[in-house]
Amino acid sequence: MLTLELRTSQSRVMTVATPIIAVICTMIAGGILFAALGKNPVEAIRVIFIDPLFDPFSRTELLVKACPLILIGVGLSLGFRAGVWNIGAEGQFIMGGIAASAVGLAFYGTEGQWLLPLMAVAGALGGWAYAMVPAVLRVKFTANEILVSLMLVYVADQFLRAMVSGPLRNPAGFNFPESRLFHDSAVLPILIEGSRVHAGVIAAFVAVLLAWLVLERHIIGFNIKLTGSAPRAAAFSGVKPGAMVVVCLGISGACAGLAGMIEASGPFGQLVPTLPQGYGFTAIIVAFLGRLHPVGILVAALVIALTYIGGETAQFALRLPAAAISVFQGMLLFFLLGFDILVRYRVRRLRVA
Amino acid sequence: MTPLLSLDRITKAYPGVVANSAVSFSVEPGEIHALLGENGAGKSTLVKAIYGLVQPDAGQMHLLDDAYAPASPAAAREAGVAMVFQHFSLFDALSVAENIALGLGDILPRRALAERIREVSRGYGLPLDPDRLVGDLGVGERQRVEIVRCLLQSPRLLIMDEPTSVLTPQEVAILFETLRLLRREGVSILYISHKLEEIRALCDRATILRGGRVVATCTPAQETSRSIAEMMIGARLPTPTARTAVPGPVLLAADGIDLPAPTQFATPLRDVSFEVRSGEILGIAGVAGNGQEELFAALSGERSTTPGMITLAGEPIGQRGPNGRRAMGLLAAPEERLGHAAAPDMTLTENAMLSGRVRQRLGLAGFLKWSATTNFARAIIESFDVRTPGPENAAKSLSGGNLQKFFIGREVLQSPRVLIVNQPTWGVDAAAAAAIRQALRDLAAGGAAVIAISQDLDELMEVSDSLAVISGGSLSAPEPVANVSVEEIGLRMGGTHGMEVAHADA
Repeated sequence: MLTLELRTSQSRVMTVATPIIAVICTMIAGGILFAALGKNPVEAIRVIFIDPLFDPFSRTELLVKACPLILIGVGLSLGFRAGVWNIGAEGQFIMGGIAASAVGLAFYGTEGQWLLPLMAVAGALGGWAYAMVPAVLRVKFTANEILVSLMLVYVADQFLRAMVSGPLRNPAGFNFPESRLFHDSAVLPILIEGSRVHAGVIAAFVAVLLAWLVLERHIIGFNIKLTGSAPRAAAFSGVKPGAMVVVCLGISGACAGLAGMIEASGPFGQLVPTLPQGYGFTAIIVAFLGRLHPVGILVAALVIALTYIGGETAQFALRLPAAAISVFQGMLLFFLLGFDILVRYRVRRLRVA
Repeated sequence: MTPLLSLDRITKAYPGVVANSAVSFSVEPGEIHALLGENGAGKSTLVKAIYGLVQPDAGQMHLLDDAYAPASPAAAREAGVAMVFQHFSLFDALSVAENIALGLGDILPRRALAERIREVSRGYGLPLDPDRLVGDLGVGERQRVEIVRCLLQSPRLLIMDEPTSVLTPQEVAILFETLRLLRREGVSILYISHKLEEIRALCDRATILRGGRVVATCTPAQETSRSIAEMMIGARLPTPTARTAVPGPVLLAADGIDLPAPTQFATPLRDVSFEVRSGEILGIAGVAGNGQEELFAALSGERSTTPGMITLAGEPIGQRGPNGRRAMGLLAAPEERLGHAAAPDMTLTENAMLSGRVRQRLGLAGFLKWSATTNFARAIIESFDVRTPGPENAAKSLSGGNLQKFFIGREVLQSPRVLIVNQPTWGVDAAAAAAIRQALRDLAAGGAAVIAISQDLDELMEVSDSLAVISGGSLSAPEPVANVSVEEIGLRMGGTHGMEVAHADA
């Protein structure tokens, strides 16, 4: 008989190994799912996980897709470490996109290098302000931030539709619900010729570096880890629980808002109702898959980006339904959380007395 | 006579440490057997093996003539072994009967169970009302719930881990009567405690562990507390130095602290006032749950009051948070080691940062100086003889006593002007306790003001200059220790704490 025994300390090997085991199990279970859909499972896994790596354009697309995931995932991971559960990054992403686009459109036609930084600040502020709604409700009225932030996603989505059909609609766009195409000064420069890799990717890498610095070397990071590890000890240390909620929601909101700005001004180049692609939700999987560690999140975001790109190819090459890819990503989180138990526990064979 | 329980060369190793090495001893039927040893000597692991919480790597156990190797606590209970833990596992919001039902394997109809609880608890002189909410009970009564839960299973062997650390002297007397009654009925008791006087009064035999091995067996009644303690540490016990410090000016003053209870089962503070002078140790006695936690939080800065309710050297500090107070020289060491004083999963270095950042200047513009912090942690480990491989180890890997020395050391080494300690030696062995008390005395001798909140009256009588009692959130006026008697203080603490009913019924 097998039994679980509590480890004396968390296993470092398992901390790194479980995400890999989870990815492998997802491949196996996904293969079974694809087989059940009547597809060749080996080919499906190859198309999703291997092929994009050997195609130059797909490789650059990995960075484009991973960029918002990294940015949002890193922001979320800080809060998750402190036990502050921002599930509404998608909403903050939308609000950041709207705020940045509004600034870009307000200066439509005005050239200048100052415009992109200004839009970035507007995007981050938009996301931050939207995250303050659940933060204030939590601190003042102990409203659960999970529910509030999640429900605000749908509000943000409706707000986006209202904006592109109203104030921000392209005046010469035949009433289509979308904004003007941004002028050059409001579009992120392309880093790699012939690809869609834009300057926002740099921001994602900087975010990883900053988050690492904050967690390892700064009092904010220390307080975040302390709050997550032992809330009473944190209070004894001098951390105010309310302040921690505001800081964590604020940082993750700003990161999501910035990602919204980058998406609008990068790949889209305008504000459209299809701006939210679910990055805010997928980033939750990314944060956990990356063990809430900045570098882990970087790697995890690339893995998830792979499933997006491979999934798209699989959709038209193998005629897999789009939902199958979502199920696939969901499986990944499921296996990851399931195998997490191996970090704290070891499996032992029970001797029969 | 066949011993009830016999251990034969039990060995259990954890990564990096051998907790038990070929431990053999036996418990006779109807015997109260003490298991003694410093923290880290291996008592907990041994008891966990007997109760089926860990499986030994080698060695055998026998219960009477049968081989005994419980795979789980349920198997141990099945075999007639029950245990009362030091930390209770009760749900505040459930009734006594519901709590007991949760711990029992087989399900009795509720009314029958309530009747059994009344019967058993009264029979053993520990009356309990099965319908009361556990949250409304005092600590002594909570312990009764745990004991009665064990007794309902008619155990042959009852293991008790530090049972008296939360009781008033009067409550201890009641408990001992119950244990003696059980002994007369043939039940064996394995008794773990650091209170050597109690062991001398109660136990028939004692097995002493040191470094995971059995180093001595003795008949406690024929030894002195000092000789037992020296067997435990394997060295001569230092004699405390007498203090000659004359109290100086008032450093910390509380002026009518009134605070509502933060939660349903907490205690409000009612008009708490006192003064502590430089060089003085003020002891605050009381049974757990009478406002000690709340008073500690108000003094450490975890809860703020109106500014004037607390003053440090005349300056109002009631509105300041923990770090603001640390900057001014007021430091605190909480009772709960894991989770309050320390983050269990974090390293000792990180835990040194936890309260040392402000005063040891371990941060610069928000950035943390980790190498300086490691040095600070090393200094604590060295000065306070903390047994650990190094500061990179997680706090929870240390034994209770070593951890306690670390946290007291962490505050003492920051040379506080005022130090507030809650339960400085709770669950700590004699040698470590002596070291901690000496550190408090030295601190006071150096001109600091010390407030020691404790449930151990003997300890307070030994270290304090003046003594006050906290009961129901009110604090009695501090009096010089020379003027008070243990009985008087015990009564002020609440006597048998609403347990008078026991005598009326019995």
